[in-house]
Amino acid sequence: MPVVQKDGVSNWIRRDPKDSMRNYLKWLGGAIVVLIAARYIGAQTIWGFVLDAPAQAADFVSRSVPPDITYFRRVLPALWDTVNIAVFGTAGAVVVAIPTALLAARNTTPHSSLRALALTIIVVSRSVNSLIWALLIVQVVGPGLFAGVLAIGIRSVGMISKLMYESIEEINREPIEAISATGAGRTQVFLYGYVPQLLPVFVGVTVYRWEVNIRESTIIGIVGGGGVGFLLNSAINRLAWDQALVVLIAILATVVLAESISAKVRAAVT
Amino acid sequence: MSDHVNAEQLWSKPPVIENRWLRWGITLVVLVYAFFAIRSFEIDIPRIIIGLDRGYDMLLAFLRPDFVARQTHIVRGVLESVAMTATATLLGVILSIPLSFGAARNLSPLPVYLVCRSILMIVRSLHVVVLAILFVVMVGFGPFAGAVTLGFNSIGFLGKLLAEDIENTNEESMEAVRATGGSWLQVVIYAVWPQVVTRFIGLSIYRLDINFRQSTVIGLVGAGGIGAVLDTAMGRYDYNTAAAILIVIIAIVLAGEYVSSSIRRRLT
Amino acid sequence: MLEISGLVKRYPSGPQALRGVDLTVKTGELVALIGTSGAGKSTLVRCINRLVEPTEGKIRLDGTELTALDHRELRHARRNMGMIFQEYALVDRLSVMENVLSGRLGYVGVWKSAMRRFPPEDVRRALELLERVGLREYVDTRADQLSGGQRQRVGIARALEQQPALLLVDEPTSSLDPKTARQIMRLIVELVKERGLSMLINIHDVNLATMFTERIVGLQDGKIVFEGTPEELNEEALTKIYGEEDWHAESRSAQAETADNGNGEKSDEHVPLNTAEPGR
Repeated sequence: MPVVQKDGVSNWIRRDPKDSMRNYLKWLGGAIVVLIAARYIGAQTIWGFVLDAPAQAADFVSRSVPPDITYFRRVLPALWDTVNIAVFGTAGAVVVAIPTALLAARNTTPHSSLRALALTIIVVSRSVNSLIWALLIVQVVGPGLFAGVLAIGIRSVGMISKLMYESIEEINREPIEAISATGAGRTQVFLYGYVPQLLPVFVGVTVYRWEVNIRESTIIGIVGGGGVGFLLNSAINRLAWDQALVVLIAILATVVLAESISAKVRAAVT
Repeated sequence: MSDHVNAEQLWSKPPVIENRWLRWGITLVVLVYAFFAIRSFEIDIPRIIIGLDRGYDMLLAFLRPDFVARQTHIVRGVLESVAMTATATLLGVILSIPLSFGAARNLSPLPVYLVCRSILMIVRSLHVVVLAILFVVMVGFGPFAGAVTLGFNSIGFLGKLLAEDIENTNEESMEAVRATGGSWLQVVIYAVWPQVVTRFIGLSIYRLDINFRQSTVIGLVGAGGIGAVLDTAMGRYDYNTAAAILIVIIAIVLAGEYVSSSIRRRLT
Repeated sequence: MLEISGLVKRYPSGPQALRGVDLTVKTGELVALIGTSGAGKSTLVRCINRLVEPTEGKIRLDGTELTALDHRELRHARRNMGMIFQEYALVDRLSVMENVLSGRLGYVGVWKSAMRRFPPEDVRRALELLERVGLREYVDTRADQLSGGQRQRVGIARALEQQPALLLVDEPTSSLDPKTARQIMRLIVELVKERGLSMLINIHDVNLATMFTERIVGLQDGKIVFEGTPEELNEEALTKIYGEEDWHAESRSAQAETADNGNGEKSDEHVPLNTAEPGR
């Protein structure tokens, strides 16, 4: 924030003219990009529908209340499936993520080519949304729970592995040295030196991913992954808004419950 | 062996959960759950065996991605995704600011606070795909629905984090501005905003990245973007094109992550 | 019992930490390594149990050639060498007892150690050691809840739990305040003498070295430049090891500290440096 001289008088300005211009151009550039984007979108929009939106909204609000409680009977088993998808998906992911993390961490990987392999697995897993994985997997194993578990699991491997290997690379080396110096074998060094240091991170990451997976499992049924997603999709397609609302409420309750369990477990471990 | 008994009396590792009722209770719940959960799990082996054939086809196709056959569609899908991301992020950033002021206990009166917090909670609880479905119903198919969906999602994300940041700002700096006779707005501009702005910009860039990832998916339910192109390709068993689309998605997601993390690093 | 000959350590990135070191430690002897930082003291100590791999040279421990051992044999050999670290090197989230017992990992199978089922003599010995270092009540306390001095005592107990023949000590007092440092040194030396162990200690505090050990070895730039008793460590020797310095000031402040070391004891250890100093 410079001070400038003008006619011998000092004045304080927030930015000097060059910075000001650069700043202005940055904003202008951003604005232009957004305007172009907006026009592009607008060109494909049927404005009739948009203007209709409030009416539509009012329509389905009126149709959705009162919610169809009897539909709850169908929702419950689907909800059970959804929770299982999340649990098994996360569990399966953990089984794959731990060795992958060990291969990806510079200090525990046996060979740099294995490290590259592990990092590739992590990157691919993270860049593709679980819904897209489900789309692919359903083609192979057919729609249902199994596809959902695989899709959720594959997506989770990347996140869990990445956070784990970053922690492994940052662990305190001295206790590891000390345990090795007593003559302990490799597994014992792992159990006594690495595991106690990594356990809090591991539990935190796994529980967090489980919580996210609950949310993703609720909708993975839309592409055939099992769980309540399918019911939601079918209710909306049939314009049965009262049933859709029931599903949404069930989803909301499950997500909130999962969030609170996750927060409690993570607090207990740190 | 008496030696073995003596060792037990000498020392043994105390259990992880001290309270034995809690310990046994949790163990029981976990075992019961595991029992029923595994039982309800059906894997249709015959279907999988048939499916493996198709899986093999997919794998082969992935080794020969086809960028050309549907390239106009792919390009349009990418442009739509990018456009949705840009507009939605801007919208989200702008609209989340007033909402977050309302949702910050130290800036707004109780009723306003409660309303704003509830809005944020509801918006955040709905998965982006659910929001997408709802907006598609309301405003029709296409990227407009997608932009609105991502916008709402961004508002929820940024609004809550910004509100928390505002609530964490230094109380004293706010008091200082008030003590000079500043109005509510001046308190915000001079005391609150400078403290939250850096993190807010960082979060907005992060949100740009997330929005792009999500824009690739909401097309599956009709909200525009490259997701729709992928859905069509899969529906036609056109695995070569699907592979090309996946590669494009991964590439752009990686590029976006790289750009966003380097910008965020230059900010701090 | 420990014979080092021609020890060389060259790092791939260039620096040569050890340039041919020859050193022997007799059974029951207490030897101190002194020198500037970067002189190679820590590297030397770590080469002995091969936490750092020597580039050239031979290290014989009670007749066994350590540099020729394969992975499994090395583990067996390490059981015989206890190590005490500068930053205590405890596993923070494990309890004091688990840390001490980990000294016996070289003797206990994987599964048993995972279940924390150590042989009763090991448990008994651990409890005795904890009693000896004054930490009996902290048996199940998490290691990261202890103070620096307490943690180092756990480290000492762990090293002794191994029942080693040789104790390797790497700057045990650098992270401690002067009074605690003295207490720790005293404890280590007492325990070592009680058990008739040999000790090689890397220490940067010359006064502690001369107070508590029998033989001083001075290292400079990877080579031994001095070897002798504490009395022989005069100004000339110190300059050779450390470079030009006002060693008088050093000795005066050290004597002031020794004179009132807090618990009323008068130190009767030998005066370290300038034997012609009047008035002491």
